[in-house]
Amino acid sequence: MSRKRTAALVGNPNSGKSALFNALTGARQKIANYAGVTVERKAGRLVLPSGEPVELLDLPGSYSFDAASPDEAVTRDVVKGTFEGEAVPDVIILVLDAANLEQHLVFAQEVLELGRPTVVALNMIDLAERDGLTLDPAALSQALGVPVIPTVAVRRKGLAELTDAIAEAETHADEEAHTRWHVTLPERRLSAKHMARAAILSKSTRHTIENGVDRVLLNPWIGPVILFGLLFVVFQAVFAWATPFADALEGGVGVISQGVSDTLPEGLLRDFLTEGVLAGVGSVVVFLPQIIILFFFILVMEASGYMARAAFLMDRLMASVGLSGRSFIPLLSSFACAIPGIMATRSISDPKDRLTTILIAPLMTCSARLPVYAVVIAAVIPQTSVGPGVGLQGLVLFALYVAGIVGAMAVALVLRRTVTKGAASGFIMELPRYQLPRLKDLLIGLWQRAWVFLRRAGTIIFVATIALWVLLSFPKAEPGESQLDASFAGAIADTLHPVLAPVGFNREMSLAIVPAIAAREVAVSALATTYAVDAEDEELAAQGVTAQIAALWSLPTALAFLAWFVFAPQCLSTIAVARRETNGWKWPAVMVGYLFALAWLAAGATYWIAVSLGL
Amino acid sequence: MTLDALESGKPARITGVDWASLAEDEGKRLKALGVDEGAEIAVIHRGVFGTRDPLALRLGNMTIAIRRVHAKAIEVEAA
Repeated sequence: MSRKRTAALVGNPNSGKSALFNALTGARQKIANYAGVTVERKAGRLVLPSGEPVELLDLPGSYSFDAASPDEAVTRDVVKGTFEGEAVPDVIILVLDAANLEQHLVFAQEVLELGRPTVVALNMIDLAERDGLTLDPAALSQALGVPVIPTVAVRRKGLAELTDAIAEAETHADEEAHTRWHVTLPERRLSAKHMARAAILSKSTRHTIENGVDRVLLNPWIGPVILFGLLFVVFQAVFAWATPFADALEGGVGVISQGVSDTLPEGLLRDFLTEGVLAGVGSVVVFLPQIIILFFFILVMEASGYMARAAFLMDRLMASVGLSGRSFIPLLSSFACAIPGIMATRSISDPKDRLTTILIAPLMTCSARLPVYAVVIAAVIPQTSVGPGVGLQGLVLFALYVAGIVGAMAVALVLRRTVTKGAASGFIMELPRYQLPRLKDLLIGLWQRAWVFLRRAGTIIFVATIALWVLLSFPKAEPGESQLDASFAGAIADTLHPVLAPVGFNREMSLAIVPAIAAREVAVSALATTYAVDAEDEELAAQGVTAQIAALWSLPTALAFLAWFVFAPQCLSTIAVARRETNGWKWPAVMVGYLFALAWLAAGATYWIAVSLGL
Repeated sequence: MTLDALESGKPARITGVDWASLAEDEGKRLKALGVDEGAEIAVIHRGVFGTRDPLALRLGNMTIAIRRVHAKAIEVEAA
């Protein structure tokens, strides 16, 4: 039996490669890293008409083999077969944007010069038609010497033909290919121009929609207003839309918990399941709807082409703290989770720019902080309206996000003048054409994010919750003594409490932030578990963590807790990713140090001000 | 005239690029995007008021964003 065959998608950024990848492989994708480098490796399974499976790689978008970024270097090395540990792909699927042939044919020639079996997907042909272009794939095929298949990935048009061509391509290796082609860039550019002209049958003078839309969205006055309006809507939506789903999930957890209580005899196992597992993991899983809504907006902004416009609008502001608009995309992703955010910094070519972005990414309010914010806000901030469609709770949430952003900008400014001092970085990026995001791509993206979150809930959070339950439940309290006071956890909290008491933290909070270092949202499950184990009042115990906080925390204390979470570096995975991306412990150590210092100061300042205002 | 002084919407042709004044990777990226001698180009949008940085350029069927420092290295003439 021969080894499994492989094929790779290669093309310029914005050629619709990923949509084609989704269309060819479906939701079963494996996302990992290339060995030794921090570039994402996306692989999936493509089934040929013969039934034979082929491993399909989605290589990073690339403008040239003369790599200007680590991503481009990976594409070059994998395609040329010089990447250690990666088999050279049996078939290359070269993806070209039909509406931008003149540009995409330049890199295409470099790929074809390799003489590997190649199939060209003339992608997004529908958008080319929208722009008034009529193309002749046969003429292009003649000029390139390889099969050219017109495709519309998002509507599955041309996929069967493409798969057929991939199956047949392997027999068509062209060892002589490289001799046919020009070598210098200007020559390639010239022949790209000729080939593109020959392939275009007709071109109407219809104006592309980009100009008109960009006139509004990139307008120096209206553009930023629209961007911030949009971000505000996103955060309101995250809070408002998710509520019914979160309530339903919470109800579901309650039903299961009740079922366990009814069926199991009283004892350690029942306590473990209800107070430990269900109270802990359940209180985190209910935030899945909010995370999905946030990622939904981020994915829509990416897929529609608006994200690059946001980077354009933000570039000036980012430049004022020594960064570029490119940092905006990783930082915005960090609102969902700092891990994909830090990984997205790979697209920043300037090393100091990239390092600064990594160091401030944890200040963006990630979705794991949302459970903490949501519970505390719901408990202590009244559900009043401060204007049409604007609730006070949503406003406080927005303020917390803004605090993170302002903090990040200030830190970036300081870092760029001290530890990451260096020449100002540049900003060069393509603004892709606008597209309607397709449901299937959104669903695959959302599924991948939701799965990562649930896997965390099932592993890190599960283990942290169990460990905490054990620490809280043993040794058992004497009659009349509080369980928390008697437990190991109580002893840990007592040790930490003197440091945290000045900033308004009570013992339960001091306790909750310990397991929250594993993952922030554990703070909620930790509080839930603590209050569930410790509750002397049966009625209060049954009400859930929000009601317990409302009853037991003062407003300044609750606000200090929120302020702490704006800054605290409480997620081991983020620290681990930062170590991997910076190749050492030095920068993660800097990150953890400055974040803890800021968290303590911010919590303190909030508490002291709130107390002095008589809140 | 350098590109940063070009009026928005006016088509122009690149007559030369001072590659030496650009960082190596930035030069590579600009070249790969098609910013090179002979290319037809227009400034279509400018960034936030005040510095009017960055610039959005139309280049063939593409829109690309660059900063004024890059535009200053690009010599153009009206096309």
